[in-house]
Amino acid sequence: MSEYTPDTVPVKKPLSMQLDPARFEPATAEEKAQHDVMRESTTFFRDGMRRLFKNPLAVMSIVVLLLLLVTIFVAPMIVPYGYSEVIRVNGQRDRSLTNMRPFTYSVMEQEKLDAGEYVFPHIFGTDELGRDYFIRVIFGARVSLAVGFFASIIVLVIGLLYGSISGYVGGKTDIIMMRVVDVIYSLPDTLMVILLSVVLQQVLGDSLQGTALAALGNNMISMFIVFGLLYWVGMARLVRGQILSIKNNEYVLAARALGAGAGRIIRKHILPNCMSVIFISTALQIPSAIFTESFLSFIGLGVQAPMPSLGSLANMARGGMQIYPYKMLFPALGICLIVLSFNLLGDGLRDAFDPKLRR
Amino acid sequence: MLKYAIKRILLAIVTIFIISAITFFAMNAIPGGPFAKEKAPEPRIQAVLEERFNLDKPVGEQFFLYLRNLVQGDFGVSLKTGREISSTISSSFAISARLGGTAVLVALVFGLLFGSLAALRRGGWPDRMIIFFTTLFVAVPSFILATLLLLVFSFTLGWFKVWSITDPNYTLPVISLALYPMAYITRLTKSSMLDVLGQDYIRTARAKGISDQVVIAKHALRNALIPVVTYVGPLTAYILTGSLVVETVFTIGGLGTHFVTAINNRDYSMIMGTTIFLATLMVIMTLISDLLYKAIDPRISFD
Amino acid sequence: MSQTLLQVKDLHTIFPIESGEVRAVNGINFSLDRGKVLGIVGESGSGKSVTAYSILRILDNPGKISQGEILFEEEDIVRMPPGRIRQIRGDKISIIFQDPMTSLNPVFTVGNQLTEAIRLHTRRNRRQARERALEMLRLVGVNEPAKRLKQYPHQLSGGMRQRVMIAMAMACEPDILIADEPTTALDVTIQAQILELMLELKDKLGMSIIMITHDLGVIAEMCDEIIVMYAGRICERGTAEEIFYNPRHEYTKGLLRSIPKITVGHEKLTPIGGSPVDLLNMPSGCAFSARCDQAMKVCLTQQPEEIWVAKDHLASCWLNIRDGVRYEAGEGGGTNG
Repeated sequence: MSEYTPDTVPVKKPLSMQLDPARFEPATAEEKAQHDVMRESTTFFRDGMRRLFKNPLAVMSIVVLLLLLVTIFVAPMIVPYGYSEVIRVNGQRDRSLTNMRPFTYSVMEQEKLDAGEYVFPHIFGTDELGRDYFIRVIFGARVSLAVGFFASIIVLVIGLLYGSISGYVGGKTDIIMMRVVDVIYSLPDTLMVILLSVVLQQVLGDSLQGTALAALGNNMISMFIVFGLLYWVGMARLVRGQILSIKNNEYVLAARALGAGAGRIIRKHILPNCMSVIFISTALQIPSAIFTESFLSFIGLGVQAPMPSLGSLANMARGGMQIYPYKMLFPALGICLIVLSFNLLGDGLRDAFDPKLRR
Repeated sequence: MLKYAIKRILLAIVTIFIISAITFFAMNAIPGGPFAKEKAPEPRIQAVLEERFNLDKPVGEQFFLYLRNLVQGDFGVSLKTGREISSTISSSFAISARLGGTAVLVALVFGLLFGSLAALRRGGWPDRMIIFFTTLFVAVPSFILATLLLLVFSFTLGWFKVWSITDPNYTLPVISLALYPMAYITRLTKSSMLDVLGQDYIRTARAKGISDQVVIAKHALRNALIPVVTYVGPLTAYILTGSLVVETVFTIGGLGTHFVTAINNRDYSMIMGTTIFLATLMVIMTLISDLLYKAIDPRISFD
Repeated sequence: MSQTLLQVKDLHTIFPIESGEVRAVNGINFSLDRGKVLGIVGESGSGKSVTAYSILRILDNPGKISQGEILFEEEDIVRMPPGRIRQIRGDKISIIFQDPMTSLNPVFTVGNQLTEAIRLHTRRNRRQARERALEMLRLVGVNEPAKRLKQYPHQLSGGMRQRVMIAMAMACEPDILIADEPTTALDVTIQAQILELMLELKDKLGMSIIMITHDLGVIAEMCDEIIVMYAGRICERGTAEEIFYNPRHEYTKGLLRSIPKITVGHEKLTPIGGSPVDLLNMPSGCAFSARCDQAMKVCLTQQPEEIWVAKDHLASCWLNIRDGVRYEAGEGGGTNG
């Protein structure tokens, strides 16, 4: 700073000569409050949801998924064909019904139409056995989604339990439990899935015949079993990591210093902070499970005929691909759409609930 | 570092052992055993099987003998064809390795390139395009991509001929295999690079008067590479399993096709041998990835 | 050689983001003389670090200087070409940062990072650069310097890392050292050592220092001159004596009041009420008015001018104008002419 010299006096603005003495009255509290622009405080959840809905891709994927869900539920009510039903016209087998292109009719169906009766159109055509392809794709989507969903639940439950016990109890138990996780984690999962599917298929054999699970087929059951055996480790690690980091966090210490008991700490501090991460991880697990299921079905280890899944439909369509490309296209598009939507949703959730990105 | 490497190698060996055990005993859990009389098509193959797999001995002993054979490179014979599994593996793996290796290279090189580009030109149109395409490709399973490419470019447009052993064309298969990991690596590189560029030490480097290019090439890249290196393990796993479908779709005579055929045919000895072979490969690649990671990042304590 | 090394005139720095412009620095003026220690004090968000980064033009994206001049050795840093500013960084003007752990690249050795700066600005080969690096480490009091050169940042203690940072900054004997909260991340005892080291180096190398901190104790100890910043503007500036014993801005007074005193009896702490200003939505008038006990109506709508309130003391507060606190030439103290 330079020494004071008359030349260095800041130039007075002419306006300042005309100050109104009344302006020098003390400002009231209201006037100050108006002036003070503060951000409204919201809860973490509300803030995150608000951010999520501002994300156009995330919103779009939610819409797509909802539409999909509605379609899968509603379509079977509208379309009069069953997924395993070989269509008969007036009770008779119709040779020309097989491998029809979308929105065409077979010879006998055409006769019915000419006679003035109504035949529900085959939106995706029919397959090689004369089954309506549209309803098969719809059911395939159902199966794929259900598989993805249940597989993720299995992973979530087992992983959550295992990880939280390991994380919270700590000590030797934790070390042993984590060693087990390390070993399982180092196994190549897809190979193990294939292996176990092959084996379980034989082992389960006919033992499930007659039960409700029989419809799914041995392969599906094997897949769920394998998921339950192998895929939970990632979630367990995640949960344990979260619990560990939060357990040692200062605000837990602060809560304890203020007298909070273990239950309250878990409920109010540990769980809410884990929740978002766990939720996002589960959301991203679904497309991964659908991928795996499609992959297995493609190899021939998927759902048992006649139950369709998007992967098995794609596989079966491979043979006649040059002649009937649409049979491949529809289930393939289905898979891509579902996976893309879940991925975008997962990404959106992650961006919305990441506390570091808070403006 | 050496101590760590030895520890990891031992762990890898144990893992391979466990995998072999699981594979072997799982196979033997099949009712009646995998090599029961009804399964083999011909009596002469059955005889060979009994001899090579020591089916007359108790299961535990069978396992150890099997392991001993494995270590010597003897995988036994195929249930269905009677061929030496090891020769099937070695001849077909050369093809698979070529396919897989090229895919890994393509995925890494382009992934790093695009990811860095997206991070450095953040918000610009290269970034936007990269975000769009990577989001898309990360959602397309390799087999769907493979069939689509085959359909469009081979069958419809005829730009690429179908693969045959005398006239091998790997372009489409490599693309089908490499696209997903390339998209993944791009995203990984971008986020890692952005993370690194926001670090304090980058500011320090600039404050010392270092030019932006050198800051990125020297200070940023080294750090940004670290997460990508850890991905090499899962990358190979993906390539290996992905090649199963890609080879099937493009009718390439690699190990993947043989494996899938074996699965469909219930060729148990082949399934066993191939599973252990592929699993060993994956474990080795993961090991290499771990060692590379520790070599690059001096912060990690060698526990 | 002129006394004034650096002159900052009407500096405005902004960060344009989606929702608007964050006005981090809003028209500040100050100058730095040779061999002096200037302290910039203020809370988080006051714009002190951004000012420092503006001087070296190492603002993070998307920050940029929207207005003003920064004069150094007859050149305007704001309008300098990138090549020229790079020559100045690390050589004529150096900066050390708050957290030495994150400010050093974890994958390169200490030696690598030290010699990098040396070789960039001087014509030394690798061996000579290493010699110089060792010399610098000894200068800043790092023990076993040869061993340290081969070590990685995470292998050193916090105090040692900061010494390494200082060594890096001093290696080319800069005219100005900017220290951005150099001791905030360190223990109090180490803090004292580091500050002492800095003063020592200042005398030895004839350097000027800009010390940025929120710690009034540090300011009192080190600085010849002090600038108090709030919301990107200067509240008042003057010599340490003036600021501490004759504060002429309510914010400064609030800061001084909030220091707990060991000598006085048990009283409640007196913090400054309210919350920091949202730099995205800067209110008109004095930035501090919403939190000021003495705020008047004019404070809310018009920014006060900066006026001389004592020989070496400028302040921007309507209260001074209201009370006629004004320094004119001739009221004691030596002036020119």
